[in-house]
Amino acid sequence: MSETMEHDQPSESRAPFRLRAGAFITDNRLFVVGCLIFSVVLIAAIFAPFITPYSPSKIVMSERLLAPNWEHWAGTDRFGRDIMSRVVFGARTSLAVGLSVMLLAIVIGGPIGLISGYFGGWVDTILMRISDVFLAFPPLLLPIAITAALGPGLWNAMFALAVSWFPWYARIMRGAVMRIRKELFIDAAKTMGVSHMVIMVRHVLPNSMTPTIVQGSMDFGYAILAAASLSFIGLGVRPPGIEWGLMAATSRVQFLSHYWTALAPGIAIFTTVLAVNLIGDGLRDILDPKHGEDS
Amino acid sequence: MLKYVALRLVLLIFIVFGVASITFVLSRVLPSSPAELMLGGRPTVEQVAAARQELGLDLPLVSQYFAYIREIFSGDFGDSLRTGEPVLAEIGKRIGATFELTTLSIIFVLLIGIPLGVLSAVRQNTALDNSTRAIAVVGVAIPSFILAMVLQLVFNGMLGWLPLQGRLDRLISLDNPIETVTGLFLVDSLLTGNWSAFQSALAHITLPVLTLTILLLAMVVRITRNSMVEVLKDDYIRTAFAYGLPKKSIYYRHALKATLIPMLTIVGLTYGNLLGGAVVVEYIFDWPGLGGLLVFSIIENDYPASIGATLFLAAIYLLINLIVDLLYFVVDPRLRSV
Repeated sequence: MSETMEHDQPSESRAPFRLRAGAFITDNRLFVVGCLIFSVVLIAAIFAPFITPYSPSKIVMSERLLAPNWEHWAGTDRFGRDIMSRVVFGARTSLAVGLSVMLLAIVIGGPIGLISGYFGGWVDTILMRISDVFLAFPPLLLPIAITAALGPGLWNAMFALAVSWFPWYARIMRGAVMRIRKELFIDAAKTMGVSHMVIMVRHVLPNSMTPTIVQGSMDFGYAILAAASLSFIGLGVRPPGIEWGLMAATSRVQFLSHYWTALAPGIAIFTTVLAVNLIGDGLRDILDPKHGEDS
Repeated sequence: MLKYVALRLVLLIFIVFGVASITFVLSRVLPSSPAELMLGGRPTVEQVAAARQELGLDLPLVSQYFAYIREIFSGDFGDSLRTGEPVLAEIGKRIGATFELTTLSIIFVLLIGIPLGVLSAVRQNTALDNSTRAIAVVGVAIPSFILAMVLQLVFNGMLGWLPLQGRLDRLISLDNPIETVTGLFLVDSLLTGNWSAFQSALAHITLPVLTLTILLLAMVVRITRNSMVEVLKDDYIRTAFAYGLPKKSIYYRHALKATLIPMLTIVGLTYGNLLGGAVVVEYIFDWPGLGGLLVFSIIENDYPASIGATLFLAAIYLLINLIVDLLYFVVDPRLRSV
């Protein structure tokens, strides 16, 4: 709503920045909350070595399984390692994995959707039917099978997640491209003899990126969740790597009697994914207002 | 309609081939040494050579591919390395457990989710609507394994009400074993009047079902609410209101009927998510189903079993989606004339 108002009014009568920022915040309260939480996680990830009081992998056998206290805010695990420090370092892995999976999926799926939507016809049919096959697996099953074939590990898990995710981006990009393809300026470019490649990359792509960006921001959280699940069942990050899903997995032996070993990593995953989802929902409303607030 | 069904089946065959091809790549092309994977453990050079021969790994990829497809479609998934039994038999033993778990969960998800979604749509922007929407946002951010562990902690660790994992008490399975009729413990124990086994089975299935239900509830509520909101904007609903029809009958007889198609889509989607979610949930609760089989066979390097479980889970998902697609015709007579 506020956007159309801005367009209607001449620029000199626009409200001062302070008021506009205030209106933006009240219009997108959840988005702002998401951004705030996410920045805390991001700062923690970047400055992890400077803000953690303990080394995340230092084993102190005399301080095993201590309940949360003033020295160790989140307690210690069964090797006497400070859980808070490990959670802070774990943010690095989770954010990096989420971001890479998303970007990789877009890099694989985007061009397929672009070519598919631009050329249409049999090219489209073949590419889309191939993508459909990847969607025929229940979620999380294909990444599990791929990591099983490649062997467990962070890189393989990221690759596996991206490979099973790309068809969604191929579809989204294709849909956006098909809307643009019939526009007059594309025809004009074709008439002037511009090559297909140049039209696709310079004219079609920039005009069809929005849905992909929106979807990407909404999938970011899901990628973090999926990667944590892979680590949890032993297919993702392996020790001595530090990751939230893996921390939860190693706490399984003793969490019934020492609940805090699973508590902090659990809260960390939940809050981060929640923040990312709020940002995703907010971005969708801001970039794609037609979508409506509740679909 | 027949034309659509025929087209749908042709597409299905294509996809089944595609799925089989992906598993072929996963089992024979991607691993650096498929023969060693198939043997597991630390095989000798002779064993590896023999396995290579048996699997036909010295043949060109194309003929390997056709041999693989032939084996799969004749139901030959090889022998499990862990038990030495045919993989198909292993799957047969476990499919009932997964079916019991997912079916019970989807029943609860739909029974709770749909009314909640409708109510939320009817009372838009009330406290109820806002709280269900908040739950939906929060619900999708919870990792399945954390939720499962929290439930284990509360109901087993703290309250001691429910068992931690498994499908049945060891003692029960020794003293009062359940006679197999359908493979579903709850049904079989009731049919044979084995009351103590029924109680034990019920206690064991509660936490896994609760986990899956909570995980998927958010999605179902959200989609139901949104499709209901759309329908309520339609003219014929306004007309019904203008005629003064009772509200309940408008909502549940007229409006809900129009949302059946999106609902069916939800059921298909939910089932897929259930099967995916069941992999992690079965692993945590040590539930002897297909998902658990998949994870445990991967952990124990039982490669034939993990590929078999993958194929079967994908096949179940495809079957459900086919049924959902065909149900569209039952639900919406207009589609039949197309």
